[in-house]
Amino acid sequence: MSQYLLSTYAKKGDVREPMTPEEMQPMMERVFALEAEMKETGTFVFSGRLHDPDAATVVRMTDGDLVMTDGPFAESKEHIAGFYIINADDLDAALAWAGKVVGAINHPIEVSPFFEMPGG
Amino acid sequence: MTRIVAGRREATAIERVFREAYGQAVATLVRVYGDITLAEDAVQDAFVVASDRWRSGGIPPNPAGWIVTTARNRAIDDHRRTARGRELHGQLGAVASAWRDQGVDDRAEDEILRDDQLRLIFTCCHPALRTEHQVALTLRLLGGLSVDEVARSFLVSESAMAKRLVRTKYKIKAAKIPYRVPAEADLPERLRPVLSVMYLIYNTGVDNPERSSLRGDGIRLARALVELMPDEPEAAGLLALMLLSESRMPARTADGALVLLRDQDRAMWNRTMIEEAHAIVRACIRRGQPGSFQLQAAIQAVHCDADSFEVTDWPQIVVLYDHLFSIMPTPVVALNRAIAIGEVEGPGAALTALDAIGPDLDNYHLMHAARGTTLRRLGQRDAAKVSFERAAQLAATEADRRFLAHQIEELAEDGELM
Repeated sequence: MSQYLLSTYAKKGDVREPMTPEEMQPMMERVFALEAEMKETGTFVFSGRLHDPDAATVVRMTDGDLVMTDGPFAESKEHIAGFYIINADDLDAALAWAGKVVGAINHPIEVSPFFEMPGG
Repeated sequence: MTRIVAGRREATAIERVFREAYGQAVATLVRVYGDITLAEDAVQDAFVVASDRWRSGGIPPNPAGWIVTTARNRAIDDHRRTARGRELHGQLGAVASAWRDQGVDDRAEDEILRDDQLRLIFTCCHPALRTEHQVALTLRLLGGLSVDEVARSFLVSESAMAKRLVRTKYKIKAAKIPYRVPAEADLPERLRPVLSVMYLIYNTGVDNPERSSLRGDGIRLARALVELMPDEPEAAGLLALMLLSESRMPARTADGALVLLRDQDRAMWNRTMIEEAHAIVRACIRRGQPGSFQLQAAIQAVHCDADSFEVTDWPQIVVLYDHLFSIMPTPVVALNRAIAIGEVEGPGAALTALDAIGPDLDNYHLMHAARGTTLRRLGQRDAAKVSFERAAQLAATEADRRFLAHQIEELAEDGELM
């Protein structure tokens, strides 16, 4: 069994019209149903939604001192907005789950395999 | 002197055997190892042993089987000391004794080897890999081309191609792309990239005379796929389409310029290939599960059936293009349909159809070439010249450019006759 990160990206400054409750409701229902299915099948490991990158802080070691910097590490337009970590037998299984997530949230999903520790 | 020549010929025969055995040997060893790179290394080792032994002792009756067995045994030997090796050895031993106990015959072994190859085909052409990587890996692993040969096919350096192959194999391993023949329900969707990769290999050979050997590679791969999946009519359709295209290759160019179907010397077409392809197309029609490759093959079969351009059954071709467009509504199919309509209803109807698709194909030289030919038939010489010139600007191959330059010359001659 391998683990995969299913992440969805948001673009900075790409402010979408806020969803109306009528639009939000069915999407949330789809997401809840999908997460229930993930949990029932032992697929679900963890999930989360992240705040805007403006809320991020970078910590690094400079000349032996810890230095904090306001803002994200990568100066890119896109940032991870949310993710699932799932268990899957292989890429085909992970892609099938990614397809279901896309169906629920109507947003592209990146599928990345976790590095497997030898003997882990 | 004689000895050197004989030695060379022998080396070529061995090289040919290696190329043919490579795909099967790697495919089987991927099953043993679960890893392409280890499988390739084991096969390479077996080739070294084989070239040594065969040069003196001659090529054995079943060279592919010899390579697989040698590579498999060496693989087990190499890993006997590790835990994984002992496990593999146990599994293989169990499989072997199970075969003996159940009296598994050669056919069962053939089936296992067949499944090995199919699994590797679907791995190489997995939709999670980008097309150029699918193509490179397919040529290397299934086509048995050396890294340098694959590199030359794509006009990149050997080191760049080696990196590309390493990256592709890395993704297969890291992301765990499975070695598996897709389930029946997923098959149509998963077969499509496999067929596209093979057709792309063939067409790259058609478009680039210096890489013409890719045509043979494409046909070889398609033929192998048909043997592996005899119940897939689209695989058969692809093979028939390639054979029909290949049958006309000798007549397709003259003095380095493209010769239109209209002007080709049909006596130069390869009748053996045409007959084989016609038999495949007929079998596809009986099966009644048309798909895009079968329909394209059927269209080419109608062309190859005609003794001349004039007696071609154009209404039948329009019907087939209509059908093709209904399942594959691309501008290129629409273009070919427009050309066929021109032969049935005249150049005026063709021009109307071309006007409709022109904007979609403004950067496609064949659209402008077809427009030029149609305008010429309508007597609009100036407009025809503009179209041919635009086509020549866009054309990628020397053969196409020469053909178009010739068309422009002929237009000028038309003018002198008037």
